[in-house]
Amino acid sequence: MSAVLAAAAAEVSTGEAIAFWVLGPVALAGALGMIFARNAVHSALWLVLTMLSLGVMYMVQQAPFLGFVQIIVYTGAVMMLFLFVLMLVGRDSSDSVVEVLRGQRLWATVLGIGIAGLIVGAVSRSLTDVPVENLQQQNAGGANVNNLGKSIFTEYLFPFELTSALLITAAMGAMVLGYLNRHEKGMKRTQKELVEARFRGEYERPSPLPGPGVFATANSVATPALLPDGSVAPESLSRLIDSTASETFSDEIKSVAGTEPGPDAHALTPSTKDTSTTDTKNTEDTEETR
Amino acid sequence: MTRAELLADDPLWLILIKAVVLLLIGPLMTMFMVIFERKVVAWMQHRPGPNRVGPWGLLQSIADAIKLPFKEQIIPTTADRKVYFLAPIVSVIPSFLAFSVIPFGPQVSIFGEQTVLQLVDLPVGALVILACSSLGVYGIVLAGWASGSAYPLLGGLRSAAQVISYEIAMGLSIVGVILYSHSLSTGDIVDAQRDGWYFYLLIPSFVIYLISMVGETNRAPFDLPEAESELVGGFHTEYSSMKFAMFFLAEYTNMVIVSMFATTLFLGGYMAPWPISLIGDNYLNTGWWPVLWFMGKTMLLLFVFVWLRGTLPRMRYDQFMRLGWKVLVPVSLVWIVVIAGIRAFRNEPNISTSQILVFGGVALLVLIAVAMLIPDKRARAEDEYLVPVTGGGHPVPPLDLEVPKPPKRRSLSEAKVARKPAAVPAGQSTSDTPDKESE
Repeated sequence: MSAVLAAAAAEVSTGEAIAFWVLGPVALAGALGMIFARNAVHSALWLVLTMLSLGVMYMVQQAPFLGFVQIIVYTGAVMMLFLFVLMLVGRDSSDSVVEVLRGQRLWATVLGIGIAGLIVGAVSRSLTDVPVENLQQQNAGGANVNNLGKSIFTEYLFPFELTSALLITAAMGAMVLGYLNRHEKGMKRTQKELVEARFRGEYERPSPLPGPGVFATANSVATPALLPDGSVAPESLSRLIDSTASETFSDEIKSVAGTEPGPDAHALTPSTKDTSTTDTKNTEDTEETR
Repeated sequence: MTRAELLADDPLWLILIKAVVLLLIGPLMTMFMVIFERKVVAWMQHRPGPNRVGPWGLLQSIADAIKLPFKEQIIPTTADRKVYFLAPIVSVIPSFLAFSVIPFGPQVSIFGEQTVLQLVDLPVGALVILACSSLGVYGIVLAGWASGSAYPLLGGLRSAAQVISYEIAMGLSIVGVILYSHSLSTGDIVDAQRDGWYFYLLIPSFVIYLISMVGETNRAPFDLPEAESELVGGFHTEYSSMKFAMFFLAEYTNMVIVSMFATTLFLGGYMAPWPISLIGDNYLNTGWWPVLWFMGKTMLLLFVFVWLRGTLPRMRYDQFMRLGWKVLVPVSLVWIVVIAGIRAFRNEPNISTSQILVFGGVALLVLIAVAMLIPDKRARAEDEYLVPVTGGGHPVPPLDLEVPKPPKRRSLSEAKVARKPAAVPAGQSTSDTPDKESE
């Protein structure tokens, strides 16, 4: 590569011409693909292609540092964050056609044409007026990076600092706008705050609801958990699951099976119901075996 | 002739040979790493590891390499097919490109042609490796997105966030090396370590690089994009056959690359280690010998990768991000300022060492005094509703909690009496269970 760099004189060398005619169409295809791709992620990928070929072009034109920084910063970091956001948005979501800002399209068209005019003006001027500069002096002895650093921190110190101040302002602004104080009222509680609130009695119970039971015969979420005394923990039964219908229809099942508890002298004591259910179970079992 | 001139002088056939060898290093090292990792982890866990294929199971990775591409390829119907095909390729190619700037050895003679064991020596060689690693992530992120299912997408998102944050730490840790060696070219960085390797001259940089290199390659304990206990297989859940093999290849090649890069930056590259460098006026640092030292140092770092995997549990995602942004990045920023200060003082001829020490001591004292002035974190004792917590920070139950009465226990003698009927011989019906009744 350094040979190519050294050989590149004021006139375009063969290697540079080949590189240009390979990279130019690729960059252009990337740009067109970005505009015409239906899917937002595909669009971003086309843009990555354009940025990559621009990076390689910088390298060919004796600016290896700029080329690799282009790849690391723009392709590696900026586009990655773009993709990150696009992936979060979801693949099937399409652009909203409702205009939120009034006259947005009109202004977008006007400003777009204005920018296009400026770019065309700049490019056409660079084709005629700007003298061709050879970077051999700046790159002498592989010192591309050193000279770049020197000019950034001497000649262009003020613009450089200004740019970084702008970036920091933007980052700070984003943080201020996006910051939510989690300790304020109405915010989501942290795990610790939640536990404390539970013990303070702000919730129904200090612990979460018991999970479903897991027996050797079933691993369904509808399987009830058993309490230490062997009875069913009613809180472990999900209200949302269909299989709790058996619980809903338990009275009907009992009446059909003829196992309803008959008149009972102890009917007023609260424990009768529990014993009757266990009895029913046993009798049901016996009926099946018969 | 300088390194760059020697390389520019290479004939085409030599460049081709070097390129082919570099292309082969990736897959060969991957196959080696597979068996190495499994054997070492097995050794750490007191088990034999793979021992069926070949002597001591050494041919296991060849068997794997044959098996993987011939497996059935399953593509989910929800997959975005173009990107799905593109992703494994995107993740493999950059990792192979990065080999081109690694200096494997000094000047040697290949078929009578004087050259350096390196493909190219760019003035920005260190950036090439950073660029390649930042491109390789696209493969993982796109794989996660294109699979069209939830777990891979989560893996891809995690990977994107992870690599961006750890690349910052990695880049900052390299800055120290660049300040010392005055060059971004990998060859010059190795040459600059002739007087002392950077791993002890720049200990904080080295430690930060080691941590961020594990984070960058998605290896345990930072393998959150493919955390199998949370995300099934992470970004490669929906990949099978050759495409999965390519992710495999990319991961292990990346490990080799970051290890080689660490060797180049901090462990003196291809230079012979200390006691060996004394033999015969540093004879073992010439010719083809340095390749051995280079590979040895790389293997040492690869062993560290396996060791970490065999030892440490996976970190939680928020802890991992906190480590990256709140520890590694600030520490490396402070360290860069310190290095720059030291170098500025050294370059000043009018300042003696004792003056530096005195002023450094005064600065340290002032810092300690300032640190004393920072008030301690006030406990929220004034909150009357605060739940009392134990020393360990665990909440204790409320004072009015009703403790259920323990069930009545039978005494031991009673239990013995109750157990007696079990000793009755079989066939003689003594119990009246409902089952027996029904029969």
